[in-house]
Amino acid sequence: MSAVADAALAEEATTGDVVIPISLRGPAATDVVVGYGFWLFILSDIIVFSALFAAYAVLSGQTAGGPSGVELFDRRYVFIETACLLASSFTCGLFSIAIERRSGVGAFVGAVVTFLLGAAFIGLEVSEFTRMVDIGAGPSRSAFLSAFFALVGTHGLHVTLGLLWLLTMMAQIATLGFRPMVVRRLFCFALFWHALDIVWIGVFTIVYLGAH
Amino acid sequence: MAEHGIAQESVRDRAPAEERGGREGLTRYVTGLGFAIVLTLASFWAAQTQEVWHPGIPILLGVLAIGQMGVHLVFFLHISTAPDQTNNFLALAFGCFVVGLVVFGSMIIMANLSANMIPMDKLIQMQR
Repeated sequence: MSAVADAALAEEATTGDVVIPISLRGPAATDVVVGYGFWLFILSDIIVFSALFAAYAVLSGQTAGGPSGVELFDRRYVFIETACLLASSFTCGLFSIAIERRSGVGAFVGAVVTFLLGAAFIGLEVSEFTRMVDIGAGPSRSAFLSAFFALVGTHGLHVTLGLLWLLTMMAQIATLGFRPMVVRRLFCFALFWHALDIVWIGVFTIVYLGAH
Repeated sequence: MAEHGIAQESVRDRAPAEERGGREGLTRYVTGLGFAIVLTLASFWAAQTQEVWHPGIPILLGVLAIGQMGVHLVFFLHISTAPDQTNNFLALAFGCFVVGLVVFGSMIIMANLSANMIPMDKLIQMQR
């Protein structure tokens, strides 16, 4: 086995063939290492959400005499939230294209629109939460509401952190320009933002549309 | 090293959400947005329609949600099974496996515990 590999290697070395064995290629490019590492982080984050989804699925019927999901949730409201997040995921894609083209104006416009749509989503969610707490349906009311606030609140917290990250990245583009380091961070941000939209598909399907 | 450059470029891995550049990128996002809008509208329609057999609606919603997640992965995160994406795809497959274990495992265990639990009134009777 190793003799065959050695022979192949010797042949490559003598003929100057361009196929290099994977073990001899050296470390991958930093862009790939960073992107892959961040991808693994996102998958682990999705596993965190899956635990919260499991808790919600188990506890969604335990209302302890309090209001149930059908009584609390307003689907028109959720539809607008979903539209905001989906549109911001799309504009985040346009933002990535502008970064790839190193277009400062395009990146700025993309970032601003993405930020505004994300902020609108958070604004709607915060107003929904405060309305629920005001009518006595806060997280301490029942196991169902604890699970609801844990799941949807964690998602909202992620989006809020994403917004802060986006502001930081806009400042970095403005001050540092499109350095390789900044571009890598921007692609990590895009990955994070798209992943949050994927989690939201689970939230609106299971929590809001699946309410019973 | 120069003659090795081309081969290394072609076998180089691709990071998720990496841009290919050009018009192709924009077309991809627009297509993805179109699919996502259709699937989202279908989900909201399915949740309140009277035209579908009622017990089937949760399954319909699940199918639509998984479809939309797939659309987002392919068109927004540019995940594929191409050779330069093997690592990304394997990581995703492992992630899905763990998510399935956590969600369905928890649901089965908790449903089983709930089914085997002594009803609360009987428990209080026993304690007397």
